[in-house]
Amino acid sequence: MEAYSLNDLKPLAKEVRKKIIEMVYTAKSGHPGGSLSITDVLTVLYFKEMNIDPKNPSDPNRDILVMSKGHASPALYAVLSLRGYFSEDLLSGFRNKNSDLEGHVHRGIPGVESSTGSLGQGLGVAIGFALAAKLDHNPKRIYAILGDGEMEEGNIWESMLAASKYHLDNLTAIVDRNMIQLDGFTENIMPLGDISEKARAFGWNTIIINGHDFNEIINAIETAKSVKNRPTMIVANTVKGKGVSYMENNPKYHGAPPKNEEEYIRALNDIEAM
Amino acid sequence: MQKTEILESLREAYGEELAALGEKNRDIVVLDADLSSSTKTDIFGKKFPERFYNMGIAEQSMVTAAAGLSLAGKTVFASTFAVFLSNTYNVIRQSVCYNEVPVNFVVTHAGISLGEDGPTHQILEDVGIMSGLPNMKVIVPVDSIETRRVIDYLAVKKKNPYYVRLTREKFPVLNEESYEFKEGKSVTFRDGNDITIMAYGIMVSFALKAAEALKSKNIDARVINMSSIKPIDRDAIIKAARDTGKIVTAEEHSIYNGLGSRVSEIVSEEYPVPVKRIGMPDIFGKSGKGMELFDYFHIGISDIEKITENFYREEFK
Repeated sequence: MEAYSLNDLKPLAKEVRKKIIEMVYTAKSGHPGGSLSITDVLTVLYFKEMNIDPKNPSDPNRDILVMSKGHASPALYAVLSLRGYFSEDLLSGFRNKNSDLEGHVHRGIPGVESSTGSLGQGLGVAIGFALAAKLDHNPKRIYAILGDGEMEEGNIWESMLAASKYHLDNLTAIVDRNMIQLDGFTENIMPLGDISEKARAFGWNTIIINGHDFNEIINAIETAKSVKNRPTMIVANTVKGKGVSYMENNPKYHGAPPKNEEEYIRALNDIEAM
Repeated sequence: MQKTEILESLREAYGEELAALGEKNRDIVVLDADLSSSTKTDIFGKKFPERFYNMGIAEQSMVTAAAGLSLAGKTVFASTFAVFLSNTYNVIRQSVCYNEVPVNFVVTHAGISLGEDGPTHQILEDVGIMSGLPNMKVIVPVDSIETRRVIDYLAVKKKNPYYVRLTREKFPVLNEESYEFKEGKSVTFRDGNDITIMAYGIMVSFALKAAEALKSKNIDARVINMSSIKPIDRDAIIKAARDTGKIVTAEEHSIYNGLGSRVSEIVSEEYPVPVKRIGMPDIFGKSGKGMELFDYFHIGISDIEKITENFYREEFK
C-alpha cells in the first residue's frame, strides 16, 4: 500500500476541491457545499486511515465506508479517482447520461460500497457491515459519513440504538456538522442542538473536532479505533462550501454550481489560495 | 379433493425451516422487529442467538442493517408483519433494490385473514407496492409445504431481493411433500376448459372448493396457483386465455396492482379475453374472525362460485 504522509493531505484535499468544482460546473448541477465541507475528512480517511487497496476493491478485509450523505457524491468520486479506483478522466461525466457517475452516490462505481442519496439510510447499512464483521471476527473498520441535516431522519436514531445495543466498536460515524441544509440553517429548519450530547445519551462514545484540521481528524479516528464496546460518533465541525469564498456558509450553494465562468474561475483561485 | 383437509401454519413452517437451514448454512442471519414470536423467527433466534438480530420496533433500521449484512455477503432473512415492512418502502427501494442486494423479506400477517387486529394491520396493497420495485421478486406461498420449499430456495443465495408474503391463519395443505418450487412457474391444481381461476394464497383453496361446486352446474373450471407473482407465469396466463376464453383472478389483496392487474395487462397485450378480478375493491379491512371476513367482504368460496358462474354465462360482444 502506498503511504501518504500528513504533508500530502493538504495538496490532495485542494485537488479534491478543484475536482468538485470542475464536476459540478461541467454538469451544471450538483451539490458543492456539502462536498467541500466533507473533503478534508474523506481525504484523511482514504489517503491515510482506511485499510484499502484500490487495485483490489472487493478484498474481504478492506475497511468499509458508507457515504450516507449521498449528495456529496462529487467529493467521494473525486477522492476515489485520485486514490486510484478509477480514471480521473471519468469525473467529467458526472451526472451525464453516458456516464456511470450518477448524481448521487452509486454502488456500481469502483470503491463505492452502497448507493445513497435518499437520506438517513447509510448509518443502518454501515451497521449491517459492522454486524457482519463482528460475526466473522474480522477486525476491519466500518465508517459512515452523515450530514448534520440528515440527522433529522428517524432512521438515524433507530440505527443509533442498534449500534449501541450490539456494542459496535468497529463502527465510526462522522457527522459533517456544517450547520446548513437545503432550505437554510439547521438550527432554524429543525434544531439539532448538541449532537454529541444526544449521541452520548444513546450510548455512543463521542468526539468533537474541527473537521478541517488534519491532525484533529486523524487523532479522532485513531482514538475511535481504541474504544471498546461502544461505537464512536465524531462530530466534525465544518464550514459548508469550505475553500470557496462566496460558497462558504451560504445555503444557496448546497445544491447549486458556480453560476458562470467568472464564479468558476474564482472558485478555483480561492481553492488554490487556501 | 374429498380427502380430509389438513390445516397448517405457513409462518410456523417458515420458522422451522429457517432454523433447520441455519444448522447447515452458517451464512444465514435473521433480523426481526420485535415480532419474532409471531413471525416465528424466534425458533431460529433461540437456536442461533449470535446470528439473530432483534432490531426492536424499528423497521427502517432493520431494513438498512439487512442491506448491510447482505452487502457484506451474508444470506439475510428479515421478518416483520407485512404492514410494518411497508413503513420502509423507500428504504427497501434504495438500500436493497437499487443496491441490488438479495435480502429475503419474509413477512407474515398479510391481508384480512389477520382478523381481529383490524384494518390498521390488514395490509391489502403490499403485493402491488413490492411488485413495482425494480429487482424485487414477489412470492406468495399457498401452503406450509410451498412455504418450506420457497425458504429452501432462498437459502441458496440469490442475486435479487425477494418479498415472501405469509399470513397468520393456518391454511389447507394442497401440495404433496415432494413438491418443488419453481420461480416464475404456476401450478395447475385442477384442470378444466370452460373457465380459469387464477389465485394465490388462501384464495387457491377457496377457488378449488368453488370449482367443485361449479362442476354440478356443468362448468369445468381450471384452478391455477400463481404463487410466483413476480416473475409471473406468462405462458400459463396466455394458455388459459386461449384454452378457456375467460379468466377469473382471486386474491386476498386489493384488486388494484395485484394478480388481477398483472393478468389483465398480460392478456391485453398477448391474447385479449375478458378478465374478472375478485379481491378487495379499494377499501380497508375490518376487525373480525379472519376466516369469516372473506364472506363478509363477498370474496369467499360461494362468492367466487357465483361470480365465476355469472362471468362464465355472460356474453361479450
